[in-house]
Amino acid sequence: MSTTETKSPPKDPKKETTPEKVEDTAPAFEKSYVDQIANQFSDDVEVEYIKENRTRLNVKKEKIIDVAKFIKDNTPFDHAESVSGVDFPDEKEIGVTYHLGSYTDPAYSKQVLALATRAPREETPNPGNDSTKLPSLRDMFYSVEFHEREVFEMLGVYFEGHPDNRRLLLPEDWADLPPLRKDFKNKGR
Amino acid sequence: MAEVIPTKEMPPGLQVENVDDRIMTLNVGPQHPGSGHMRIIVKIDGDYIVDADPDPGYVHRGEEKMAESRNYITNIPHLERPVIHDSCNILYPYVLGVEDLVGIEVPERAKYVRVIAAELNRCIYIQYWLAIYGIFLGHSTMFMWPAGDRELFIDLMEKISGARVTHAYFVPGGVRNDVPANFEDVCLRQVNYFEKRIKEYGDIFYDNPILKARTEDTGVLSREDAIRLGTTGSVLRASGVDYDVRVKEPYDVYDELDVHTNVLKAGDSYARSKVPWLDMLESCNIIRQALEKMPKSGSIRTKLKPNPKGGLDEVYRRVESGRGAAGCYIVSKEKPEPYRLKLSVGSFRNLIALPYLLKGEKLGNMPAVYWSLNYWPVEADR
Repeated sequence: MSTTETKSPPKDPKKETTPEKVEDTAPAFEKSYVDQIANQFSDDVEVEYIKENRTRLNVKKEKIIDVAKFIKDNTPFDHAESVSGVDFPDEKEIGVTYHLGSYTDPAYSKQVLALATRAPREETPNPGNDSTKLPSLRDMFYSVEFHEREVFEMLGVYFEGHPDNRRLLLPEDWADLPPLRKDFKNKGR
Repeated sequence: MAEVIPTKEMPPGLQVENVDDRIMTLNVGPQHPGSGHMRIIVKIDGDYIVDADPDPGYVHRGEEKMAESRNYITNIPHLERPVIHDSCNILYPYVLGVEDLVGIEVPERAKYVRVIAAELNRCIYIQYWLAIYGIFLGHSTMFMWPAGDRELFIDLMEKISGARVTHAYFVPGGVRNDVPANFEDVCLRQVNYFEKRIKEYGDIFYDNPILKARTEDTGVLSREDAIRLGTTGSVLRASGVDYDVRVKEPYDVYDELDVHTNVLKAGDSYARSKVPWLDMLESCNIIRQALEKMPKSGSIRTKLKPNPKGGLDEVYRRVESGRGAAGCYIVSKEKPEPYRLKLSVGSFRNLIALPYLLKGEKLGNMPAVYWSLNYWPVEADR
């Protein structure tokens, strides 16, 4: 468990080291558009340069709408390729990562921007009626519609503002835990 | 009509709706031969579709959940199950992702073998898809020809990997085994014959006036909508967007090969059905180039340590599969198995376009529009 704790979003120690780290490892092209976002939301966005062409922005859930709107209006990212929910029971959070890509600007076609946020997690989930909620990004990125429905049924993250929060893949009468949570165990495993 | 008021607590997921006397609700599937293993709930007014609601999930197998309890090697066979005809391409992003995670280099020869196997698989998949598109439109010759011609490449893949479908051929670090002796000659001969053969599809199918009448101007997806809905693969390229992961973000040796992106502007069902066919011709070109440039001997696999552990925290890799971009997002926590594995596949991403395309169409055009989305139900469900 000690490994997981070091990976949790560290607040103060990392903030001091990021500026130097960014200058050392940040590729020039990614830096040009990430700086634009980071300058606008200096305290709310934590930037990680994972590798070439892959950048991750960790955003607080209160700011995710503003950041997404800014990305949509000021950068060429125009669609979401994937929306992944990740369960972190030790940190009592559920992470949701939007992978954004661009079709319109050829210079950005290699880039994938991961926009990540976290929702609170409850021990006994009641999907849709508990505190595990996030604002939906459907108004900015229309392509997340089915992806967010999938995250809702698989992890129980309710997306506020999504017009159609129905089940997609699971059976209508599924009454067990959301299956991609870590406390839902595979039989025989 | 009065609002339906549920009298007692409803079971989760149960949906209640008001009905209109004029609008008829029609369940297409999940057993209908025209829908695959999915259901499309269509609302029709006379002969016109007023609303369509895709309902996938009938072949959901929980691949992502299964991946969390198996290590990086034992994940290989089950992760290709979503598309057994295109098993190399659906496994490709996972294999590339694991290589990134643990940081291993792939031998040059293995990269070429992987590209050849991936292109052969693309043709096998598209032939199968095309056969079904043919029979959807009542063109039974177009069912027989591709179903027979794909045997050529299936036999070839069997010679390489030992299995006709579900090859489990790619492994992190290279490929499972080397290609057989004189593979280059056999492959080149088969590709040349295959290319000659599929060019004949143009005469019988794509230039066929009946087919054109049925598919042209049906289900038109504009360029803006294709981008906005985040569609991918042949659907996107048929709407005039020049985007192919093999060209835009080359993986393995695609940057050393000359890959042409097929783009059509019309955005209708005809264009969407034609792009995969052009892709097959392009695949033949790629295979020929790769056979020529491939090192004639050398290692084909860098061994992974037993129970490999991820070095990076997370990785997102994507490739161009037969149905569009296939992405794999792996979150690693220094354990032998992935902490979370997400497959983002072309079928699932293209499904969002279906309600838009069907609204306003005649019911008779539904198969032509639906299957032109290059949709594979099993892959969408995962």
